[in-house]
Amino acid sequence: MSELEPQALAPAPASAGAGASVSTKRPRHYSLLNRRDKTLLAIMVGVPLAIFVTLIWAMTLVSIVWSFTDWNGTDPMHFVGLDNYTQLFTTYPFFWPAVAHNVMWLLFFICIATPIGILLAVLLDRPLRGSWIYQSIFFTPVVLSLAVVGFIWELQYNAQDGFINSVLMAFNVVKPNSTIDFIGDPSLNIWAVLVAASWRHIGYIMVLYLAGLKSVDPSLREAAAIDGANERQTFIHVVFPVMAPINVVIVVVTVIESLRAFDIAYILNQGINGLELLSTLIVNTMLSEASLIGFGSAIAVVLLVVSLVPIVLYLTRVLRSEDI
Amino acid sequence: MDEQEKRVGMLSGGQVTRREVLKKGLIGAAGLTVLPAVIAACSSSATPSPVATITPTTPPAATPTPAGPAVTPAPTTPGAPTFIGPLTGQLTVGSNHSDASEVAGMASIDAAFKTATGLDPKVNKVDHNTFQTQINSYLGATPDDVFTWFSGFRMRFFASKGLATAIDDVWANVSSNYTAGFANAVVGDDKKVYGIPVDYYPWCVFYRKSFFTAKGYTVPATWTDFLALCTKMQSDGITPVAFGDDGGWPAMGWFDILNLRQNGYDFHVGLMTGANKWTDSKVTDVLNLWAKVVPFYLHGYAGLTWQKACDSLIQQKSGMFILGLFMTGEVATVDAANKTTVLADIDFFPFPFMGNSFDAEKALDAPIDIWMASSKSTTLQADLTNAKAYLEFWSKGSTQVLMYKSQPGFIPTATDADKSSYDVLTAKAVSIVSQAQKITQFLDRDTRPDFAGTNGVGSFFLTFLNNPSQDLAKFQKSVQDFWDKLPVYTGA
Amino acid sequence: MSSFAMAGQRTTGNRNRRRLSRVGLHIFLIVLAFIFAWPMLYAIYTSLRPYGEIALNPNGFFSTPATLNLNNYFNVWTAGPLPMFYWNTAVVTIPAVLLTLWISSMVAFTISRFSWRFNLLVLMIFTAGNLLPPQVIILPLYKLYNIIPVPAPLSDNGRLYDQFVGLILIHTTFQTGFCTFVLSNYMKTLSKELVEAAMIDGAGVMTIYRQVVMPLVTPALAALATLLFTWIYNDFFWALLLFKTGDKRPITAALNNLGSEFGSDPTQIAAMSVLAAIPTVVLYMILQRWFVRGLTLGSAKG
Repeated sequence: MSELEPQALAPAPASAGAGASVSTKRPRHYSLLNRRDKTLLAIMVGVPLAIFVTLIWAMTLVSIVWSFTDWNGTDPMHFVGLDNYTQLFTTYPFFWPAVAHNVMWLLFFICIATPIGILLAVLLDRPLRGSWIYQSIFFTPVVLSLAVVGFIWELQYNAQDGFINSVLMAFNVVKPNSTIDFIGDPSLNIWAVLVAASWRHIGYIMVLYLAGLKSVDPSLREAAAIDGANERQTFIHVVFPVMAPINVVIVVVTVIESLRAFDIAYILNQGINGLELLSTLIVNTMLSEASLIGFGSAIAVVLLVVSLVPIVLYLTRVLRSEDI
Repeated sequence: MDEQEKRVGMLSGGQVTRREVLKKGLIGAAGLTVLPAVIAACSSSATPSPVATITPTTPPAATPTPAGPAVTPAPTTPGAPTFIGPLTGQLTVGSNHSDASEVAGMASIDAAFKTATGLDPKVNKVDHNTFQTQINSYLGATPDDVFTWFSGFRMRFFASKGLATAIDDVWANVSSNYTAGFANAVVGDDKKVYGIPVDYYPWCVFYRKSFFTAKGYTVPATWTDFLALCTKMQSDGITPVAFGDDGGWPAMGWFDILNLRQNGYDFHVGLMTGANKWTDSKVTDVLNLWAKVVPFYLHGYAGLTWQKACDSLIQQKSGMFILGLFMTGEVATVDAANKTTVLADIDFFPFPFMGNSFDAEKALDAPIDIWMASSKSTTLQADLTNAKAYLEFWSKGSTQVLMYKSQPGFIPTATDADKSSYDVLTAKAVSIVSQAQKITQFLDRDTRPDFAGTNGVGSFFLTFLNNPSQDLAKFQKSVQDFWDKLPVYTGA
Repeated sequence: MSSFAMAGQRTTGNRNRRRLSRVGLHIFLIVLAFIFAWPMLYAIYTSLRPYGEIALNPNGFFSTPATLNLNNYFNVWTAGPLPMFYWNTAVVTIPAVLLTLWISSMVAFTISRFSWRFNLLVLMIFTAGNLLPPQVIILPLYKLYNIIPVPAPLSDNGRLYDQFVGLILIHTTFQTGFCTFVLSNYMKTLSKELVEAAMIDGAGVMTIYRQVVMPLVTPALAALATLLFTWIYNDFFWALLLFKTGDKRPITAALNNLGSEFGSDPTQIAAMSVLAAIPTVVLYMILQRWFVRGLTLGSAKG
């Protein structure tokens, strides 16, 4: 085990959202730590690390192994090579729709929900009377459980007596037997769910971005103002670039949230009929009466591989900018 | 989901007379070798066996035990062994009876059990859907000693995996209280008994009598009449058929009855067990028939729960509604909340006939709910006597009637159940089931659970319903492919 | 804080334009805020209506209310019974939050204050694990939970499955990654002189941890505590699949359970949703500032 040494670190710079790398003086190679302290530190990190690796990473590995079998939980396990994957990619009719829905989720969040959140943050980033009221209202959906969000929006979306259809019927825009079937129509319900999910996502992004904006050095803005830039130009050319680290976090959060999408779709109709997602497919094949563990694990591995892409990209960026 | 399950479970009304359900039950396990035994066990002729008939007009063969909350169960033959007596220790019970009415029924039954044995069972109540979807992780880890489940292939599937305990000794005590139809529904692939049937209910077409009278509609007897009635209703501005397919299982009821009517019981059972293929042209015929009804369905059915569809019938926005008898629970709830008496206005008729050779089968779905004993419960060995006593207790008509009182959609299966407490609809249901020559358990109990689960055939049906004019050959092939890729069933 | 000062350009025309745009902004925000708040307001409104009024009324929910009362709340409270589910939630959430903060602060302390070859690797392992979708590991985890033997006071069936400790454990594990990352960033900004001075004075690692570093990170801990409470409270997935006993589930997972009990009665479901949401909403209202701080600790310094 290498020597544990006190690390000399300069505090993060106040401007630029503190994303810039922390400069490190060359560590002084003296050790003030005795053996007991070193052991203690090893335990402080080692035990949580061991538990973490076991519960998370070892389980991931097991999932990968199972994906090459035909196990169903009770019968003997047989290795079937890539059969599960072949079935998944060619004959299982719900896989590609689920992938499509996850992609739609991602694009919707990146192109619509996140920009709206950023817009709100920019709008609220000024002395505005009642700003905190607006922020509270926009952020409250974030603290709601997704199960509650599902129930709340079901009241809006129901084809027979949901609020939206009731309003449309009251104004004779639709007839009672041609109401908008938000939840049952497979070409429509993914959008309905995306609106409900965005309702929650927007507040989250808004708060993240707002805090980042508040840490931008005001002198930068003043300089831009003196140069004659208006609000929009200031944001695009001065503020946005300087917020680079926050932007990265926003993108990562957006991607991770869209890959993690599960609760709302599962609550609304268990993830069928247009609301298939990779996560609901996994649950419905593995953790169900069907108990198709091998097959479900293959779907889980697909989800894992897809999720690792943004994770790895983010971590390499962290690696480049961090110095521990 | 659970709602569905509930419903499905409730439906089994295995009327007993030499029900072909015997044959059905065993065929489902691909246990064709036991078929001769089955046929020998029940007469295959058309004459009803007098002991087995349960109809309101025929006096019951056995003297019914008087219904009452505190009852010391009288053995059917003097001196017969019984597990029910003073008990010690504990008992854990896994129950999917999560609706308020069923919770009340369970409470009264557990109270009666305590009076009879002094033992207060510990009930783990889980909501319907969750209980069903998690049955594998439940049974495979730390299940309760006894649990609610469903008969048919669904029972045999889990029994063959070693997740249930055979209860032949309990069955020996109680078998005289059941007709052959019920008896066959709980036999596993290894010919051991794994469950105690407790209630059933038929799937029929429900309607409001006053509504039909007011609009001048008549109950359709044939398929042609049915379609004509639907067309007439539609032109009158009424939704002809209320339908709510939330969870994907109510559609299975439609497929079942159309397949039974069009292709007969044998083909249907073969399809359920894999002997017949989903690519068969007979299935295409059924799909074409179904496509004719889809335009008459309640708008937005894919996202509506069956209760919402039922409300549509109650509100006289829809004319007919296919579901199990348990729908009366929803009507009763609405009545209670509004102080109305819609339940008295509800009536039903069996699904119309196609006018082919299978009309004589008078087939219908009538699923049976059962209780089983788990095998992996850590406390089962210690609680075994208590578990068997509990199962035996549930086999009694007096017990089953206690549940019936709270949930009149659950028809008791015991021969000695007091039928004087049956309401009009129940009596009619009993009569319809007793006249049926063939009874099925409902698709998700007659076929493999991994075929019928979520993102299984229920989702496939929705794909069809969303676009009935799609390429049916391709659709049927996708269903068959899904079946073919399932793990090999190693039971029987 | 940031203002768009336009020095030397405060003409009347500009001021009027600014006032108009300010009014326009308010209008826009008010409309948007109303649209955002509407689903929640409607759910509350629905929960106050008796179901009987709605079921038979041809206008359904759109009918004007004859009565508004809290009956649904009373029904749901006793039918659940909700106090039991709240208690389950507390039993799971509070220890999980405390445990997470404790463990992640220890790990963050070690990897941020002491340079060690594997620091970055450890940090990456923790952070990446936190970003995984939970569906990837749920089934192996379920199997593992049934294999690991657990002694009596912690488990009543000898394993982690269907036990509160099992749920606490997975929550702690899953949240530790994020908190470690945040706290290590935060700790790196602390003055190094303090630690060095303490070490020169002969203080051991534990002393430094407890008496020097922890008091300084308290604001970060408080902020993270609010976030963790909300996230763990709102969890639906783990609680649903790692319990078999219906009565042990925390309230959010129990919503599903109770939803089927009330069948198609959306007024009771609405009441139940409101009651389930109240703790986190109240927490947010009171500790708003800490929420924001917690979310931005990781990002602003990332």
